[in-house]
Amino acid sequence: MVRLLERLGHTVDFPMEQTCCGQMHYNTGYQEETIPLVRRFVDVFDHAEAIVAPSASCVGMVKEFYPKVADLTGEDKLIQKVDEIIPRVYELSQFLVDKLGVEDVGAYYPHRVTYHPTCHSLRMLKVGDAPLKLLRNVKGIDLVELPAAEECCGFGGTFAIKNADTSMAMLGDKIRHIKDTEAEVCAAGDNSCLMHIGGALKRQRGGVETVHLAEILASTEDENGEMDHE
Amino acid sequence: MSKRSKHQRTPTFEESAEGYLSNTQLRRNIGHATHTIRDKRAGVVAEMPDWEKLREAGAKLKQRTMRHLDKYLVQLEESVQQAGGQVHWARDADEANRIILDLVKAKQVEEVVKVKSITTDEIGLNKALAGEGIQALETDLAELIVQLAEDEPSHILVPAIHKNRAEIRELFREKLGNRELSDKPEELAEAARIYLRRKFLSAEVGISGGNFAVAETGTVSVVESEGNGRMCTTLPNTLISVLGIEKIIPTWRDFEVFMQLLPRSATAERMNPYNSFWTGVEDGDGPQEFHLVLLDNGRTKVLADEMGRQTLHCIRCSACLNVCPVYERTGGHAYHSVYPGPIGAILTPQLKGLDDPSAASLPYASSLCGACYEVCPVKINIPEVLVHLRGEIVKKKEKEGSLREKMDPEHVAMKWMGRTFRKRSRYERAQKVARSGQKLFTHDGTISKLPGELSKWTAMRDLKPIPKQTFREWWKTRS
Amino acid sequence: MSSAKQEILDRIQNALKDIPPDEKPDDITVDRSYRTTSDDDQDILVNRFAQRVGEYKATVQRVSQSDVLQTIKDSCKREKVQQLVIPPGLAKELYPNELDLLKDTHEVQLTHHQLDDADGVLTTCALAVAETGTIILDAGEGQGRRALTLLPDYHLCVVYEDQIVGIFPEAIRHFEEKMQTKAPPMTLISGPSATSDIELNRVEGVHGPRRLEVLIVEE
Repeated sequence: MVRLLERLGHTVDFPMEQTCCGQMHYNTGYQEETIPLVRRFVDVFDHAEAIVAPSASCVGMVKEFYPKVADLTGEDKLIQKVDEIIPRVYELSQFLVDKLGVEDVGAYYPHRVTYHPTCHSLRMLKVGDAPLKLLRNVKGIDLVELPAAEECCGFGGTFAIKNADTSMAMLGDKIRHIKDTEAEVCAAGDNSCLMHIGGALKRQRGGVETVHLAEILASTEDENGEMDHE
Repeated sequence: MSKRSKHQRTPTFEESAEGYLSNTQLRRNIGHATHTIRDKRAGVVAEMPDWEKLREAGAKLKQRTMRHLDKYLVQLEESVQQAGGQVHWARDADEANRIILDLVKAKQVEEVVKVKSITTDEIGLNKALAGEGIQALETDLAELIVQLAEDEPSHILVPAIHKNRAEIRELFREKLGNRELSDKPEELAEAARIYLRRKFLSAEVGISGGNFAVAETGTVSVVESEGNGRMCTTLPNTLISVLGIEKIIPTWRDFEVFMQLLPRSATAERMNPYNSFWTGVEDGDGPQEFHLVLLDNGRTKVLADEMGRQTLHCIRCSACLNVCPVYERTGGHAYHSVYPGPIGAILTPQLKGLDDPSAASLPYASSLCGACYEVCPVKINIPEVLVHLRGEIVKKKEKEGSLREKMDPEHVAMKWMGRTFRKRSRYERAQKVARSGQKLFTHDGTISKLPGELSKWTAMRDLKPIPKQTFREWWKTRS
Repeated sequence: MSSAKQEILDRIQNALKDIPPDEKPDDITVDRSYRTTSDDDQDILVNRFAQRVGEYKATVQRVSQSDVLQTIKDSCKREKVQQLVIPPGLAKELYPNELDLLKDTHEVQLTHHQLDDADGVLTTCALAVAETGTIILDAGEGQGRRALTLLPDYHLCVVYEDQIVGIFPEAIRHFEEKMQTKAPPMTLISGPSATSDIELNRVEGVHGPRRLEVLIVEE
């Protein structure tokens, strides 16, 4: 994602002080635990013009739930800081298409790809078809529609462990739909879904790779390999 | 946490799910049914240019109602009484059953006819009546099936969805005494019709629930397809209707909102076949004695929770059930409650309380995908309430939990991670430790086996190990 | 006041401690800018109504004023109706006098069994809604008490074109004043009885009239 944004001419900074958005805690019922993380976030990113994350679920957490966490503290200053920072937080595809007005990022990715719209990007952030617009403009790509795309992959955070049986039943159908497309690659904007889907594909020796949307968009003709970092 | 053995207490969702997931008949039936209704619903909703405005109005009307529930209930009672009906108040299920029993016994009958009412299931009315030798005959076709099979409903709207026609044929052959019956739906329906018509013509007491009760006019409504609702609320001389206190709406005019939201959300129709509206008693037309039983049974507890209060807005359409990826695979019985699916996952724990382990497992029976919120006609933010209830469960554990509960692996992990994420140095160190530690579990670049709770992941999925160079380490090399 | 009532009201008041004491119900504003009237011409509405009722598997016919009676007679013949229930106040011009007419009156009401044995019932209606294909009965003249349109297996309903409104809110508002004062029992019929419980196949007819026929009369 860094390479992509720099290629588009932007200055990218990664404040090392950041840790985690706290979504896992919030959603599992440990809302109190997220309070220090919210404080941290507003401090660390205080001066940023735009805060971009390749994760609809993290961005969703910040935009939808940080105000609620701030309310828990009752501290007006924190509530205000959260309100001020939220408009500057973007999910990657929203940032590119809606904020920068860019749909062609000059990428090259000669593979058959199907796109899974994660629940957070679809329903919470409502990114719409921004990711698809971006993917369609990738040179060399063979983009195929995923049947029943809007159905949840079954990750759901701790749900995948706590209710593993049901999670797997959902994942089974998602995998089936992916395989029906005969794609080599399943792309998505959330690493959580990718980890879930990829984990099962690997176990089943499914012959399909999971790749983050950002990796595809960052790929160019001179190097279209995979970037091996978080 | 209950000390009773697993076999004595109601199972949790996690415990039940696997069994139901393996029931192929169930998976086929419910999968087919939910997908069919889901698609139909989308079609009829797409026809409505003002759907979102109606949803918003519905949400606001219910909000208005709940915030002033006492005023509206008092107004409702007055309106019903002025129209010649009687109103009874029941604090809990036992009280409601006692009231109804007394009313029925006063009529000296051994059988009453009933319209489907989840509220009466909630209070266990049929059992209470049976205990005093009074048979409550279910007249809704699916409920009749469930009753004859001595089973439990598994869906709010289509309770017998877990049975196929061959099973139903056998049931009717045996219980209705019709040996020649085929399994054609028309013949099955005809057999039920004949059997029930005899009952309708002679019944003296009818019992129903109600979809809405209008405070302004005292009008109660029943929304249905088959006509048994009309039969039970028109033919007997005495009618008893049981409604949860949350069923109330302020004025007659508000029907213009709810009666557009409900049929499209429930059965994916522009309008269902029959809607009956009656107010008190009408001389020479229908029951000459009408009793409205208003039921609390935990609803005031839900009302007291500012965040959970919106749960009471539910108009029982079941649209959420039909889009839920969990419900479509496990079916309703896995929830062990009269209210299954997404709405059940928030209503049941609030009504029953979090001391009940089965009820307390329900807020976790969700991947928080949000499909339910999208379709809820009154905009109940179900995912928000689920997360809120999880928070309540955690708080309860911290306050009242035994040491054993606090040592629960998830609890320990969450607490530890919370600490770790608070400081950059701890976070980075944890990454490094995890990366070293994972060497034990990594083979050929993949982790296929993890211990403890995490084994639930690796039982069915692989896991990519943390890369040799984390993003942070890469970032540092750039400068 | 019963103790149960008092206790429930107390519980509610306690539960609503967070609501400002001076807040009135109407302070929670409800935006009613959803559709409340229909812009379509009457003939479009009539067509739509005819189509939508037909979709529910009711029999629909459009007739002129002068042909109504004959159509009623023909329909009864087709449906093999010999005993026809007539509600109080139904216009005598609509009576098919060749048939055995069972007249329900306020003084002498037909029994449940008589209604059950009858072959059909003939009524007018109070209003109809095009968008949803709904017929509305308010137990008034020409419609009768509720049991009349419930027990016979065939319901023949005469709807005059100018009784058809476009969308549902128009119907609700039409009856608003009546419901605030008299509040008669209301029955809304959108097709014949139906069920789809067994494997979601739509099976027509279980308890209410399994055959519904609507005659739309042109003025």
